[in-house]
Amino acid sequence: MKSPLRLTTPLTDKDIESLKAGDNILLDGVLITARDAAHKRIVEEMDSGGTLPVELSGQVIYYVGPSPARPGRPIGSAGPTTSYRMDAYAIRLMEKGIKGMIGKGKRSPAIIEAMKKHKCVYFAAVGGAGALLARRITASEIVAYEDLGPEAVRRLTVKDFPVIVINDIFGGDAYIMGVDKFKA
Amino acid sequence: MRLIESQTIVQAVKSLCIEANYNLKEDVTSSLRMAREREKSETGREILGQLLENAEIARKDGYPLCQDTGVAVFFIEMGQEVSISGAGLYDAINQGVREGYAEGFLRNSMVVHPLKRVNTGDNTPAIIHLESVPGDKIKIDFMAKGGGCENMSGLTILSPAAGVAGVKDFVIKSVKEAGSNPCPPIIVGIGIGGNFEKAAILAKKSLLRPIGTRNADPDVAKLEEDILDEINKLGIGPQGLGGSVTALSVQIEVFPCHIASLPVAVNIECHSHRHAEVVL
Repeated sequence: MKSPLRLTTPLTDKDIESLKAGDNILLDGVLITARDAAHKRIVEEMDSGGTLPVELSGQVIYYVGPSPARPGRPIGSAGPTTSYRMDAYAIRLMEKGIKGMIGKGKRSPAIIEAMKKHKCVYFAAVGGAGALLARRITASEIVAYEDLGPEAVRRLTVKDFPVIVINDIFGGDAYIMGVDKFKA
Repeated sequence: MRLIESQTIVQAVKSLCIEANYNLKEDVTSSLRMAREREKSETGREILGQLLENAEIARKDGYPLCQDTGVAVFFIEMGQEVSISGAGLYDAINQGVREGYAEGFLRNSMVVHPLKRVNTGDNTPAIIHLESVPGDKIKIDFMAKGGGCENMSGLTILSPAAGVAGVKDFVIKSVKEAGSNPCPPIIVGIGIGGNFEKAAILAKKSLLRPIGTRNADPDVAKLEEDILDEINKLGIGPQGLGGSVTALSVQIEVFPCHIASLPVAVNIECHSHRHAEVVL
C-alpha cells in the first residue's frame, strides 16, 4: 500500500485536483455526518427554500450513523454506511459546494459524472471497522435533526482518519481498477 | 413439563445481544486470519489486518464491532416439554433486545413503518423464527444482521430445468452485482428448495453454522466449494478494492420442494458476522 497523504478539511478545488483514485489519505479536521434520513431532510429544506443546518461549502460529508457514545467518549462505533442510497440526493449537495463524500460501495454513473463537474471526490473508509475508526474521532456534536437519533447531523472532529480515494475527478475508479487486477 | 421463567429468557437475550456485538466469534476471526494468509492483494491483506485489529479494539475497549448493530434476528428451537411463565416468549425476547441494546450502547436501527420511517427507539421488534422440537430445552440463536449486506440479498424461483447451473448463475450474479456494497469479504448463505418464504429462511439459517463448515450432504458440500471458488475468481476482494478473497464461506441449506419449482435465496452477510447462542 502506498504511504498515506495528509489532508485537512475543509477541502479546496486545489486539494481535489491533487487526488487520484487509489490514494490513501489521512484526514484531519471536521467531517459533517449525514445518511439517508438527513439527506432527505436537507434536500426537502432546499426545495422549500429553508435554511440549511450547516454550511456545506468545502465540507466533507461522512455517511455514518454511529452507535451511542459511552460516558466520557465522543462517540461509539462509527464506520461508513453504503453510499449508493445517497445517490438520490448527492448531486444537490455537490451543487452547494461539498468537496468530498465518505462511505463504502460503488456510486452511480450520474454521481461520478457530477463529481467531475463539481470537483468533488468520493472516499471509502473500511466498512465494518467502526471500532477502529471511532478512535480517530476526537469530538462529536449534534448540529441538526436530533430527532433522527442515529441519523442526526453531527459535526465530527477527526485526526488521522484513514480513507481511500475511490472516484477522483479524472474518471479514475479504485473499485474498477482493483477488480480488473484480480479477476480470474 | 419444565417451567422456564420469562425473566430468564429476557436476561439470556440481553446477554446475547451484547456478547455478539462486542466479541467476534472464533470461527469468524480464524476465517479472517486464514483469508489474510491467502489474499494476493497487498491492500486486501492490509484491510483484513484492520478488521482483525477492529475486533481486538471492540473486545478490549468496548466499542461495538460495527456501528450497524443490526436487526435482532432470532432462531428459537422450543422444546415441546417447556412452558414459559410470566410474559410470553415474544414479549420476553423483545424485552431482552430492548435492555441489551440500551445497556450495551448499541444502535437502534428499526423504524416503526417501512414507508413512514420513524425510529422505534429501542431496536425492537426482533425478527423471530420459532421452531418446535422434542425435549425440555430452549435453544436461542441470535444474529445482529446489518442492513448493508441484507440489502444485497435476493430470491428467485427457477424452473427445475435450470438445475445446478441455474443456481450457480443466480448466486454469482447476486454477489457480482453486490460488489463492494455488502462489506466483503462476505459470507454467502443460500437456501435451495422449499417455497418462496422457506428458501429465504433457509438462506438465513445457513449462516448459523460455524463459518467454513460444510453441509452434511456431500453433493451440497461440493456445490458450496464450487460456488466459493467461482466467487473468489470475481476479483472483488476485501472491501471491493480487488483481491482473491471475496467470500469467506458459502453455506447452503436445502429442503424438499414442489415438482414445478426450484426456489433459490441468497442471503449475504458481511465479514462482521455477529452471532451468539445459548441453550436454556
